[in-house]
Amino acid sequence: MHPFAYLAPTTVKEAVDVLTEYGDKARPLAGGTDLLVKARANVWDLDAVVDVKNIPELNTINFNSDGLTIGASVACCHIYENEKICNEYEGIVDGASIIGGIQIQSRAGLGGNLCNAAPSADGICPLIVNHAVATIEGPNGTREVSVDDFCTGPSRTILENGELLVNIFLPKPKENFGSAYTRFIPRNEMDIAVAAVAASVRLSSDKNTIEEAKIALASVGPTPIVAKEAADSLIGKTVSDEAIDKASSLAKDAATPITDMRGTVEQRKHLVEVLTRRMITKAIERARG
Amino acid sequence: MVATHENKNKYKVIGKSPIRHDGVDKVTGRATYGADIKVPGLIWGDVLRSPHPHARILSIDTSKAESMDGVFAVVTNKDFPNVEEKEVSTGEDVVNLKRDQANIMAYDKVHYKGHVIAGVAAIDRNTAQEAIKKIEVKYEVLKHISDVDSAMAKNAPIILESLIGDHLGENVPNTNVAKIFRHEFGDVEQAFKDSDCVIERTFTMSMIHQGYIEPHNATAVWGQDGKINLWASTQGSFGVRAQTSGMLGIPESKIKVNYVEIGGGFGGKTKVYLEPIAALLSKKSGGRPVKLVMDRSSVFEATGPAPGGKVRMKIGANKDGKITAAETDIMFESGGYPGSAVAAGSICVFACYNLTNSKITGYDILVNKPKSAAYRAPGSPQVSFAIESVIDEICEELSLDKLQFRIDNASKEGTRRGDGVKFIRIGLEECLEAVKSSDHWNSPLGEAPKGKARGRGLATGYWMNGGGKSTCDLMLNDDGKVTLNEGSADIGGTRTSISMQAAEVLGIPVEDFHPSVPDTDSIGFTGVTGGSRTTYATGLAAYNAAQKLVEELKNRLSTIWEADSDQINFSNGTFSFENESIHIQDLAGKLDPTGGPATSTASVNLDSAGNAFGAHICDLEVDLETGKTDVIRYTAVQDVGTAVYPQYCEGQIQGGVVQGLGWALNEEYFITEDGVMANKSYLDYRMPTSLDMPMIDAIMVEVPNPLHPFGVRGVGEVTLAPPLAAAALAIKEATGKRHFDLPVKPGRIIDLYKS
Repeated sequence: MHPFAYLAPTTVKEAVDVLTEYGDKARPLAGGTDLLVKARANVWDLDAVVDVKNIPELNTINFNSDGLTIGASVACCHIYENEKICNEYEGIVDGASIIGGIQIQSRAGLGGNLCNAAPSADGICPLIVNHAVATIEGPNGTREVSVDDFCTGPSRTILENGELLVNIFLPKPKENFGSAYTRFIPRNEMDIAVAAVAASVRLSSDKNTIEEAKIALASVGPTPIVAKEAADSLIGKTVSDEAIDKASSLAKDAATPITDMRGTVEQRKHLVEVLTRRMITKAIERARG
Repeated sequence: MVATHENKNKYKVIGKSPIRHDGVDKVTGRATYGADIKVPGLIWGDVLRSPHPHARILSIDTSKAESMDGVFAVVTNKDFPNVEEKEVSTGEDVVNLKRDQANIMAYDKVHYKGHVIAGVAAIDRNTAQEAIKKIEVKYEVLKHISDVDSAMAKNAPIILESLIGDHLGENVPNTNVAKIFRHEFGDVEQAFKDSDCVIERTFTMSMIHQGYIEPHNATAVWGQDGKINLWASTQGSFGVRAQTSGMLGIPESKIKVNYVEIGGGFGGKTKVYLEPIAALLSKKSGGRPVKLVMDRSSVFEATGPAPGGKVRMKIGANKDGKITAAETDIMFESGGYPGSAVAAGSICVFACYNLTNSKITGYDILVNKPKSAAYRAPGSPQVSFAIESVIDEICEELSLDKLQFRIDNASKEGTRRGDGVKFIRIGLEECLEAVKSSDHWNSPLGEAPKGKARGRGLATGYWMNGGGKSTCDLMLNDDGKVTLNEGSADIGGTRTSISMQAAEVLGIPVEDFHPSVPDTDSIGFTGVTGGSRTTYATGLAAYNAAQKLVEELKNRLSTIWEADSDQINFSNGTFSFENESIHIQDLAGKLDPTGGPATSTASVNLDSAGNAFGAHICDLEVDLETGKTDVIRYTAVQDVGTAVYPQYCEGQIQGGVVQGLGWALNEEYFITEDGVMANKSYLDYRMPTSLDMPMIDAIMVEVPNPLHPFGVRGVGEVTLAPPLAAAALAIKEATGKRHFDLPVKPGRIIDLYKS
C-alpha cells in the first residue's frame, strides 16, 4: 500500500468536488468495511479516501408523510435499533441485521452495501422489494434512480465519475404490505449468501388476495435480480400454496448463478425456489399482521 | 464430568482447576506475542510469492526493488547457503533441510501458489510491500496437479524432479509418490473370503487448515558477533533453532530463540517459514532488526495445512459381530514436498479394533499445494472418518448394535496395533462403556421440526501421543515460593499443568509457583509442544526435578538435624525426623548455612507415551430442503489418564470437537481449475463460529497411564479424530444417505438426498 490522502468534507458539494477531481483514484468512506478490505488487497489503488460521515445529510434517518429517508452512511445498527423502521420495514431490518457481525453492523450501512454492489449483498434485495429510490448528487446535479437499476455488474453501479450516493428513500408502506428477506449460508452467521431472496406483497383488504408483489434475488447473478415474472404471477391470486409454488418455480428460472466456492448452479437454483417459497409466505404473514 | 475407573491416589493439587498462571496477562492483553515485538531500529520485511501453482523460475530481477528509497535488502534463494540433503530432528518429527529450505524460498521451481521467491527489508511495512511489487520474475508455467489421482497418473508432470520415490523398498525416479509403505499381519485375503459381510468404500477429503488466529511472524537480529536473536510464534523454540540453524548453516548455539506467547498452532507452528528469511534480511541490512508478519491469505496458501486425499477402506465381519479382516490404502497429499501425516494415519487407522488380519498401505503423494504439516492428531481424523463410516455400514448390513459391535471388537491391553505395536493398559473399552451409560446415549433424539430430520452418529478415534525430550528447572526461593522454568511452548495452559505436578510432589500450593518458558539459551533442550506430549513429558521432567529437590533438601536438613538424609521423612510438604519437623516453605529461608540456594533440574527422553482413545456421540438436524445442518447435541467421551487440570482437559476436548465438526461439515481448500485456493479468507473458509456449536459435553474417563507416576496421558489431540464420522453418520441417519466425501456440505447433502 502506498500513502494516500484522507479527506473529510462536511458538505455534499465538497465531497462531489474531490471525488470529481480524483476520479477512479478516490472512494467514499462510509463504514469502510468493504473499502479497507479492497484497498489492503490491492483491488483498489487509491490516492484518496473521502470520509463522508461528516456530511449531515448522509448521516440522518428521516421520516415524513411520504416515507423514510436513510442517509447513505447510516450504519445498520441505527436501522435495526430504530423501532419505527422495525415496525414498518421488516424486510429492510431482515437484511440490515445479518450483514457481517455486530461489529460490522456498527459501521457498515445500506448505502455502502448498495454502492459496493456485491452480487451477494444482503442490503440490496430488501431495498428493491420495498421500492427504494437512490438520491445521487454529482457534478451535473441531482438525480434519482430506482434501486432496481442501481447495480450494473459485480462491484459496478450506475454512479458516474464524481457522483455520490446521498440517501435512499423508501416510500411509506401501503396497508396490508409485508416484506421479508433471507439468505442461505451453511453457517449461522458471518457468512456470504449462497443464494438469497427478498419478497414483498400487498394484500387486498380481506387479506386473501395478492394485489402487488415484488421478488428480488441475490447471489445468483452478476447483480441483484428482479424476478418480475415470478412476482407478477402472484398478482390477483388468492393466497394459496399453488400460487406460491408457481412463483417460486418462476423465481428459480430467473436465477442465473455460477458455480464457485460458495455453491453450485444447481444448488443455487434449488435454493432460490425454496427461499422464495419461504419469503413469500413470510411476507404474507407480515402483511396480515 | 470425570468418571474414575481405578482407585487413584488422593492428590492435593492434581485434579483441581486453579487460576492459570498466564491468565491475567492474557485476558488483560498484556501478554506479548510475536507481532508485539519491538526492538530499537526495527525495520519491516515482506516476501514475494508465486502467483502460479507450478512453474519453473527462469529469472528473478531484484534491481528495481533494491534501488527503491527505504529498501535495505532483498534476498532470494541465492542468499541461502547450499545445504546438503539431510534430516534433522525437531524434537517430534524429522525434517529434510534442503527441501525445507526450498519450501521457504524457492530456487528453481515453485511448487504451489504462494511459494516464496524473494524477501525485502525496508524502512516500513508499506515500503516493503511496494518494493515487492518491483521484483520481476520470469516463469515457465507448468501443468499443475491438484489431487492424488492426477499425481499418480501416467505421464503426470513431476513436481520434485530430484525425488527418488521409495515404493515398498524399491527406488523409483520420476514420480510424485514419495513413499509407499505397508504394515501387514494375518491373511486378509482368506479372511475376506470367509466373512459373512465385506464392505469396501472409497473416501475423499480436502486439504484443511488448522485455523489458528495468530498469523506466523518472525523478528530477527543478526548481531555483529554473528549470533542471531530470534522471536517467533512457534510451538517449539528449539525446533525453530534447529531448522534455522540447518537452513542457514549457522551452529545452533549461535542462535537464540526467545519465547513469546502463541495464538494457536494445532501442529501448524512446528515448521519455520519466515525465521531464516528475517535473519538473512537482518544480516543484509547491516544487522538491523527485521520483522515479518504473514497475512491471512498467505497463512492459507503457504503454511502447513492438513493433507487431503483418498482412503480406500475394506472391512469384513461375521454375523456374530466380530471383525474378520481390515484392509486400507491411505493416499495423502503431502503438498509441494514429501512428508504428509500418512505414517501417523497408518498407525491410527485400525487402532480402535482388535484385529487378527490387517493390511495397511500408505502413500505419500506430492501435489501442487502447500507442503502439509501436522494438525491435531495428524492423519487420524481422515482415517477415522473412513473406518468408522464402514464400521457403521457393516453394523447396518448385519443388523448389529453399533455400540455393542465396537465394544465387542475394542482394542485392549495386549491388542496388536496395525503397525505391530502391542498396547499397554488403555481405556477404549471404558470409554465405550461410558457412552453406553451416558445420559446422551440413553436419551431419544427428539422430534425434528417440520421439514427437518434428525440423526445420531457414533464414532471412535485414536492418537498414540508423544514422548520425547523435555527439561524443567526448579528454584526454591527464600520466601518459600518456587520458580519453575520449562522449555515447552505453552499453548493449552501447560505452565500450570506442569507446575501442578511439581507442586504435588513438593507439597507447595501451585499458586506459590512462578512458571516461565525461557529462551533457548536459558533452559535445556525441550521438544516441540505437539503430539500431546507436554503435560506428560515436560510434566514428568517437573516431577523428577521436584523429587531431586526433595533429595537435595533432605541432604541440607541432614546437616541441620545431624541425621542421615535417608532417615528423614518427607510427606505433604513436611520434612520430619524424630521430634523435628519443618515445612518445605519454612525451610526455604533457612538454607544459607547448608550451602545456599536449593535448585534442581531434570531432563527426560521418553520413547513412548500412553495412548489416547475417544468415543463421540453427535446429534444433528438437517433441513431437508436446503441441506443446512445444525449440531444439536454432542458428547465426547475420552480416556484422559489422569485429569491433571480437568477444566483444561474439558477445553481441549471441546476445542478439538469444534475443529472436527468444521472439518466434517464445511471446511475445505476449494481449489479452482487453475490450481489455486479460492476461499483463502476466514469469510469463505467457513470455520464454525460460536453460533454454530451447541454445548459440547465432555465425559472424562480416567484410566491412569502406567508410564507416568500420576497416570498422565496426553489429551489434546485424539478429540479431533471422531467428529468427522460422528457428524457424517448423524447425517446418514437423518437423510438415509451415506456420504463418502468431505466436507459433508449442504450442497452435497441436498444433492444426495434428492437423488
